[in-house]
Amino acid sequence: MTELILQATDIGKSYGHGDGRFDALKGVSLDVRRGESVAIVGKSGSGKSTLMHLLALLDEPDRGTIRVGGVDAQQLKPRALNKLRNKDFGFVFQQFFLTPNATVLDNVTLPLMIAGVGPRERKARGMAVLEQMELADKAKNKATNLSGGQKQRAVIARALVNNPSVIFADEPTGNLDSATGAVVEDILFELNKTQGITLIIVTHDRELAARCDRQFFIKDGLEAVPDAAASVAPANSAAGANA
Amino acid sequence: MNPLDVLKSAVSNTFRNKVRTLLTVIAIFIGAFTLTITSAIGAGVSSYIDAQISSIGGDSMLTVSSAPDAAPAGDGPTPYDPDKQATASGMSLLSEDDVTAIAAVDGIADVQPAVMLSPDFIEFDGNGKFEIAVNPMAGIATIDLAAGAQLENGAGQNQILLPASYVDGLGFADAESAIGQPVTLAISDYEGTQHTVEAVVQGVQNDSLFASGAGLNADLRDELDALKQTAKPAAVPSGYVMAIAFLADGTTPAQLDDIQAALTEQGLLGMTVTDQIGAIQDVINGIIGVLNAFAVIALIAAGFGIINTLLMSVQERTREIGLMKAMGMGGGKIFALFSFEAIFIGLLGSALGAAVAIGLGSGLSSALSATVLSGLPGLTIMLFTPASIATIIGIVMAIAFLAGTLPARRAAKQNPIDALRYE
Repeated sequence: MTELILQATDIGKSYGHGDGRFDALKGVSLDVRRGESVAIVGKSGSGKSTLMHLLALLDEPDRGTIRVGGVDAQQLKPRALNKLRNKDFGFVFQQFFLTPNATVLDNVTLPLMIAGVGPRERKARGMAVLEQMELADKAKNKATNLSGGQKQRAVIARALVNNPSVIFADEPTGNLDSATGAVVEDILFELNKTQGITLIIVTHDRELAARCDRQFFIKDGLEAVPDAAASVAPANSAAGANA
Repeated sequence: MNPLDVLKSAVSNTFRNKVRTLLTVIAIFIGAFTLTITSAIGAGVSSYIDAQISSIGGDSMLTVSSAPDAAPAGDGPTPYDPDKQATASGMSLLSEDDVTAIAAVDGIADVQPAVMLSPDFIEFDGNGKFEIAVNPMAGIATIDLAAGAQLENGAGQNQILLPASYVDGLGFADAESAIGQPVTLAISDYEGTQHTVEAVVQGVQNDSLFASGAGLNADLRDELDALKQTAKPAAVPSGYVMAIAFLADGTTPAQLDDIQAALTEQGLLGMTVTDQIGAIQDVINGIIGVLNAFAVIALIAAGFGIINTLLMSVQERTREIGLMKAMGMGGGKIFALFSFEAIFIGLLGSALGAAVAIGLGSGLSSALSATVLSGLPGLTIMLFTPASIATIIGIVMAIAFLAGTLPARRAAKQNPIDALRYE
């Protein structure tokens, strides 16, 4: 049995106060094992993004605990938390979040610069991941001059550059046409298979979710049992959603 | 993120929105330019006054004269005293006894009575005779020279320092060519007989606010004085208009007060140069201070420009900041990033302002010296010193840093989630 890399227990999160109060999560538990791919599936407003942010330690839950490799995240000092996010987590966003006027290489090596890696090593490692993403020839280009698919590959290169153990992907194909989206999906699942990187994908795309080892359905801040209509690839989801 | 990367990123971020950065830099430029110019004027005028002060003795000497009589009680007229020696103008003279008394005061190293001499004319090589006034202090104090050397007392040679304005009139090509040339001075005695004396031009002095007239060394003064005293009627009172008392080395201000009090007891008035013209300097310092205050106000206004620029920049880069925080960048580093950007903007504005001020100011300064201020040779109206330039750039960078703390704090406290969700 592989080790638990992330373990969320009965977590709740609310935004706002009084009448404007919104309970994004109302007690959700989710375990993620090293090397698996998990899809967090739900409609917009279901709380799926909030769950991902909490798992990625970008925010603190109001209640419940999140354990990373067996350690309670709340016990971690800010510095350790920053280091953890920098070293062990990679992020892929729907909106890319590339700095438009910086070169592709500078964008990709941003996590290394934050980690304090020297310029020479940054460049070498940056070029290595760009090679892997077949973007080496675009290294000197401005990020704005890339096509959507190239942008998302650059974002994956950025997520990969620090050799993370987990990649969080928030609607990674949401801004791409289906052909380029498929390429990006292939890249992510390839990384999952060959490098054993844990994938946590937030999506409302059932097809993408179906490719994951396991689907975690969420509705109105609570884990939901997928109904027949919503169900995709039943062989997979039955085992995953009830884990 | 290592400090060098923080610095580099801050600098490159500065140029991301060039127009906005340029406008902020211009605001700082104006403040820094003004501050550089005003402080340079302050330094220029101060150093000129210092040079003037040293030409009339600096603070190492007291000008001692007979104290004006205190008005008697009741403000009535002063009773006549037939024993009091006075010049024709009614000014009290110092007697030999007074000079001895001055020398006896504790803390006074030496006393030199200043002889009033008024030669009839000065002439060089038959080029015409000119009236000349004598500066009683020359030969005692250090004179601001255009050429040549200071006077040497007891050199066994009659030496004269010519005012710069006499160079042309006497027929010299320029100040340098006058050095070492013989000139003829004439003086009349009490019977009206004119005597002539030869002297060598030792130097040419800059025209000055306080020390006007030619300077004579002790040898020449003594010779002229001896000729003047020839056939002096017994009834004419003799004495000195004033005497120069040299203070012992290392006299403290407290000791100086004591010395001045001791002189007052003798019925004498001892004044340092600072006493005499300190008030002028105070006024000038006050004016410069007000000008500097205006420049600092301009800089504070520019500081708000920095706050505005950086707040907009923080707003625009919300996502980028959020992303960096998500990727594990600490708040402290984000703060440093924006602070450095502010400091860099400050550095750009102040360095440019100072450079342009130095360029324009030096040009203007020499143009003014050649025209409007030609009557005050030796006056550099704007004096730029590396220390004051460095101080100004330092002050501007400090103001920029302070201005940057508000946006930098806002950036550092940003929540990565909100930032990444921000549309």
